[in-house]
Amino acid sequence: MTTMTIAKAINEGLRAALAANPKSLLMGEDIGPLGGVYRVTDGLIGEFGPDRVVDTPLAESGIIGTAIGLALRGYSPVCEIQFDGFVFPGFNQITTQLAKMHARSHGNLTVPVVIRIPYGGGIGSVEHHSESPEALFAHTAGLRIITPSNPHDAYWMIQQAVECQDPVIIFEPKRRYWLKGDVDVQAPGPSEDPFKAHVLREGTDATVVAYGPLVPVALAAANAAAEDGRSVEVIDLRSISPIDFDAVTASVQKTGRLIVAHEAPTFGGIGGEIAARISERAFHSLEAPVMRVGGFHMPYPVAKVEEDYLPDIDRILEALDRALSY
Amino acid sequence: MGTHLPSTEFDGTAVDDQREADAEAVMGEPAAQMVQLLGPDGKLGADPVFSAYADKLTQEDLRGLYADMAAIRRFDVEATALQRQGQLALWVPLTGQEAAQIGSGRASQPQDYIFPTYREHGVALTRNVDLAELLRQFRGVSNGGWNPKDTNFHLYTLVLAAQTLHAVGYAMGIQRDQKLAAATDGAKEQPDAAVIAYFGDGASSEGDVHESMVFASSYKAPVVFFCQNNHWAISVPTNVQTRVPLSNRAKGYGFPGIRVDGNDVIAVHAVTEWALEHARQGNGPVLIEAFTYRVGAHTTADDPTKYRPSTEEDAWRAKDPLARLEKYLRAQDLADDAFFAKVKADGDELAGYVRRTAHDLENPDIRQAFANVYAQAHPLVAEELAWFEEYSAGFAGEEESAGQAAKAGH
Ligand SMILES: Cc1ncc(C[n+]2csc(CCOP(=O)(O)OP(=O)(O)O)c2C)c(N)n1
Repeated sequence: MTTMTIAKAINEGLRAALAANPKSLLMGEDIGPLGGVYRVTDGLIGEFGPDRVVDTPLAESGIIGTAIGLALRGYSPVCEIQFDGFVFPGFNQITTQLAKMHARSHGNLTVPVVIRIPYGGGIGSVEHHSESPEALFAHTAGLRIITPSNPHDAYWMIQQAVECQDPVIIFEPKRRYWLKGDVDVQAPGPSEDPFKAHVLREGTDATVVAYGPLVPVALAAANAAAEDGRSVEVIDLRSISPIDFDAVTASVQKTGRLIVAHEAPTFGGIGGEIAARISERAFHSLEAPVMRVGGFHMPYPVAKVEEDYLPDIDRILEALDRALSY
Repeated sequence: MGTHLPSTEFDGTAVDDQREADAEAVMGEPAAQMVQLLGPDGKLGADPVFSAYADKLTQEDLRGLYADMAAIRRFDVEATALQRQGQLALWVPLTGQEAAQIGSGRASQPQDYIFPTYREHGVALTRNVDLAELLRQFRGVSNGGWNPKDTNFHLYTLVLAAQTLHAVGYAMGIQRDQKLAAATDGAKEQPDAAVIAYFGDGASSEGDVHESMVFASSYKAPVVFFCQNNHWAISVPTNVQTRVPLSNRAKGYGFPGIRVDGNDVIAVHAVTEWALEHARQGNGPVLIEAFTYRVGAHTTADDPTKYRPSTEEDAWRAKDPLARLEKYLRAQDLADDAFFAKVKADGDELAGYVRRTAHDLENPDIRQAFANVYAQAHPLVAEELAWFEEYSAGFAGEEESAGQAAKAGH
């Protein structure tokens, strides 16, 4: 067990993946000598050389499109998109090509491309540096989407993503890059399936589902609720595509109430999908409508007001109150 | 680049290329000259670089080039007919582009990997793709239809230009394979395979073509960009896509660009062979612009009379790639009536085969679509398939009785 930040954990995970698989390689803007704008790839070019840690031209479609070609040739590229809001020049390659190549080829071709996207707000940045576009990708069949919320997951999930035969997008919660935690570098064990949710805290009155940057917020809300005598179960979703509906269903069958929290706009978001599925699966267990806590239907606001945009402990507690009032 | 790319004049009897004049106006320099070996008159010209490649073609090679072009034209006619009869949802004809496709495809080696757009039926033929399988996509029974690993001919791509990046990435993979091999068993250090990316003059405007050329040039990837300039992107003429000859663009990326008479199968073969060698030897990418013409409609859903004069089509028919090779073969005594009769009979046989097989292409079961969304098991897909099975089972009785009723003539 060692303690490290999420950024360091991903760095170590990438190092392990590069060492384990000679056909894995990293591609992205500024990921070489600079180590990425968040330093997540720090030191890797020195260890593995410029053919394995590739500073690419400034071209998102180019990065993902050439990664597809490399994957078709048997390589396992891990692409870094510098910021969430800049993935869109590559959106075409991801959704029309990467996601569909396996199906189009009747299963003859696999494209094990990993795309790392630092996402979410809370870092006081400028436009296009704080977005949460995960639902836009989750809607496309053929992609897998995961998001770690702690260093241990960050370390293992990146390695499991590289091993996965399907394309995987990892949304990395950038405001948590400096969050420290224990990492067990020995063995992930079967419970570490990256596409399964984790129950982080047991409870009986309500369930809060969160992922990525909001997991610590959900835990803090549950702690605050406990002081008021309310027992809140917290689930870290970990995977956004597929979603571990079994874990959420089981929890709701126990607690009878569900709150889904994410930074992305509530409308058309992952929370709506979870609410709808759980209403179908566990209608008779529900004591209240499923509540959603999320961002507003607006462009991500300027840094000076982002605190009002981002779901916080109070917004989760407010939803909890509403759920409990039924 | 220092690469001297001599060429002969294009036969200027018909449609002149306004872009050449534009180029002078825009760039203040003459456009690249076009490589041509076999003129519309069926006479073989000389070229200081490419004649050597043409000289390597044996009688059998030349006859083969003709046979392939004739076969794919016959196939095109057949597929168009199948579409008219409702057997195909859509057809994308290639008539006029046979030399560009057969010449370039035949210049490739089996280990080279090809990324086509959606009109490269002639290239598919040269890569031994079963042409009946190729119709699956147009019949609506598959989004692919063949296994690219069997022929190194990738699936068609409908999103214009997307495949040019896949081609460059694949070529970068070849470079890495070479290094890995060299590191493990001290084997060859140079790429022994190359990649060809096909795209159109319209697609050349897409950003992905730009990005692919930047990547290819930056990493010296062994890729040949093969642009078939057939003069029209559906109804939009080339001069809306570019003000300079497309081949001139290569210079800006730092690699050779060659314009070749795309209706001259010998020149296309020579130029492509040169470019592939150049790429395989580790010298980086090449752009070939095959100057040709889409004689018919863009697709069977298109009506070219709405946007272009028939005189233009007539002018290009005079440069027909098959007719000029036939003239040459006959003049040189390389082929006689019997040969051409045999080619025709073979074409009819191919057409018959394609017609029979296309009819028989089975409609898939939607369960197959569930099977390949992901390579690894996925709970949502499993859940939805289970729902579908249960839902369908509910109709099982009804379908049976409906079937019986139909049989009984109700
Ligand atoms: C990204 C994209 N935009 C639009 C289309 C629709 N479309 C299909 S073919 C075509 C024209 C293509 O022209 P060109 O690249 O010259 O190829 P050609 O068909 O003439 O061989 C267009 C606009 C498409 N397939 N993909």
